[in-house]
Amino acid sequence: MNAATAIRNGWQKVFGTGARSERPPAIDTSHGPILYLEDITVSFDGFKALNALTLYIDAGELRCIIGPNGAGKTTMMDVITGKTRPDCGSAWFGQTTDLLAMTEPEIAQAGIGRKFQKPTVFEHHTVFQNLELAAAGEKSVWATLLKPLSATQRELVDSVLETIRLQDTRSMLAGALSHGQKQWLEIGMLLMQDPQLLLVDEPVAGMTPQEVERTAELLLSLAGKHSVVVVEHDMAFVRSIAKKVTVLHEGHVLAEGTIDEMQSHPRVVEVYLGE
Amino acid sequence: MRSNTLFSVLLGDRGTKIFFAVLLITTAIAPLLHLAMPEGSALHLSSYTMTLIGKYMTYALLAIAVDLVWGYCGILSLGHAAFFALGGYAMGMYLMRQIGPRGVYGHPVLPDFMVFLNWTELPWFWYGFDMFWFAALMVMFVPGVLAFAFGWLAFRSRVTGVYLSIITQALTYALMLAFFRNNMGFGGNNGLTDFKEILGFDMHSSATRIALFVASAVALALGYIACKYIAHSRAGRVIQAVRDAESRTRFIGYRVESYKLWIFAFSAVLAGIAGALYVPQVGIINPSEFQPINSIEIVIWVAVGGRGTLYGAVAGAVLVNYAKTYFTAAMPEFWLYALGAMFVFVTLFLPRGVVGLGDRFLKKPERVAEAVPA
Ligand SMILES: Nc1ncnc2c1ncn2[C@@H]1O[C@H](COP(=O)(O)OP(=O)(O)O)[C@@H](O)[C@H]1O
Ligand SMILES: [Mg+2]
Repeated sequence: MNAATAIRNGWQKVFGTGARSERPPAIDTSHGPILYLEDITVSFDGFKALNALTLYIDAGELRCIIGPNGAGKTTMMDVITGKTRPDCGSAWFGQTTDLLAMTEPEIAQAGIGRKFQKPTVFEHHTVFQNLELAAAGEKSVWATLLKPLSATQRELVDSVLETIRLQDTRSMLAGALSHGQKQWLEIGMLLMQDPQLLLVDEPVAGMTPQEVERTAELLLSLAGKHSVVVVEHDMAFVRSIAKKVTVLHEGHVLAEGTIDEMQSHPRVVEVYLGE
Repeated sequence: MRSNTLFSVLLGDRGTKIFFAVLLITTAIAPLLHLAMPEGSALHLSSYTMTLIGKYMTYALLAIAVDLVWGYCGILSLGHAAFFALGGYAMGMYLMRQIGPRGVYGHPVLPDFMVFLNWTELPWFWYGFDMFWFAALMVMFVPGVLAFAFGWLAFRSRVTGVYLSIITQALTYALMLAFFRNNMGFGGNNGLTDFKEILGFDMHSSATRIALFVASAVALALGYIACKYIAHSRAGRVIQAVRDAESRTRFIGYRVESYKLWIFAFSAVLAGIAGALYVPQVGIINPSEFQPINSIEIVIWVAVGGRGTLYGAVAGAVLVNYAKTYFTAAMPEFWLYALGAMFVFVTLFLPRGVVGLGDRFLKKPERVAEAVPA
């Protein structure tokens, strides 16, 4: 019996056939938060990039994380997505999913989507094809060879195109998009997987003011349906979207509250504005 | 519904339309000119020329096999000459067994070279090759399984880029050395030749030549349609994504290794079929088909024609081989230089090959997207 299972697993690995569960398991957020980071420490050659970081994100929340360069914001995202293993601490997705026990693809599969700082769309594919590639569902060779996108998936592509406002560019090559449009397309690719938690690293860097404004609208429209964590430097942008802001400094949380509270917080002013 | 989409895909791009038109006309006209025109007439097509065109068609099939893995999936295989040769050997073994007792030594079962080596029994791996269906199966099975096993090891260990090219080249070279050895049982450096019949028909009759010619054309057309179908399926978009950004593709949930593995194995099967059609037309298969330079030549055909379009690979195979036929007759010592120069020229000035050049002059932009430089 065991041997049979082993053979089947091996078979599926190579041939990519057989049923795999398409939906990630439900995430239990009954206690409020969708993400629990507790006492996370990451050190690089003795230097603590994260130092006993403790942070909770509520389901459906839009949270901004700010902090000076080197505060550990990107490292925090690396820990959540499984790219970096912390030295100690715990990271839970909902009540029941232990992120530290999972690999990068498993975490992505479980419903955490990440947008990196640099846009990484497929430049030689059209906008539509980029979203199609990112669609959730069977990704085996046979499924993609024999089955076109299902009607529901097509509808999802259309609705995501609308959300990211790229309907007019659907058959353009992604490489021909502006920098801002590429960032939106990448967010759209994340949305195709319908993640519960979206991590967005410096989305508006290098954008024109109009693009910044549309990005703010986009992220605001996502909150509620998804939990969104945004790392950003641009204070005007943070002000335009955030209800709650967390300030990171030297690898731990310095203060948390509304943007106004933060801007009048003496320690925050000292480390952040005194930069 | 699906055949409809395939149909529109085939007719949707001009290069493919031209390819099918030319193939159809050639396949219809060439046998006619060969048979109907009197020997002395200017319109008469000699059996030499017809066989030459048939050979080019098998090369074209080999070229689209390489284009599928290289142009679409970014795997620069230098092992396709080996898959081609293995398909050729499988067919050659069938043709050897067809000779039967008519060999020089007149042995009822053993091919001449085995008698010459004082062998008394047929080696086990020659069993079954007296049956055409078995040989036809092996034509696909042997290259396919070798590519699958090889790809399984290479792709799983994430061997990519130039390292993959080098180990595929090494595989080809190792096979060449093995096939050169007499006691491997494949005729050593003489290879397999002196074929008499195929499926009971005289190899040298006009009718057989025409049949082989038409079979090559049909195989080329079917191979083209299969590759086109793959390239335009979602799987085709995935392999192109692998070519452009492999780790990103893996990150969004695709098993990059299994995509590469299947494409590589399928492409090897196509190369095997091409080899099997090549051998009865040229009348010989020997270990020189495994020469490392052959694999490189195939890659040059595709580069010259233009990668990632399929019809470009066909155009490249025909153009370069026509040039080769001309050169090796007129000034054989210069062929390799000409080949190298062609490759350098195309790499520097025609990154999208000859068909890319054609497009630049002919094309009204088909879509907004394609008008924008990538
Ligand atoms: N792989 C690494 N090796 C060594 N040091 C690193 C590595 N990644 C990040 N760091 C260091 O950790 C600190 C936090 O980095 P990071 O998380 O990128 O900060 P932020 O994104 O807030 O600017 C920085 O001082 C950085 O130099
Ligand atoms: Mg950073």
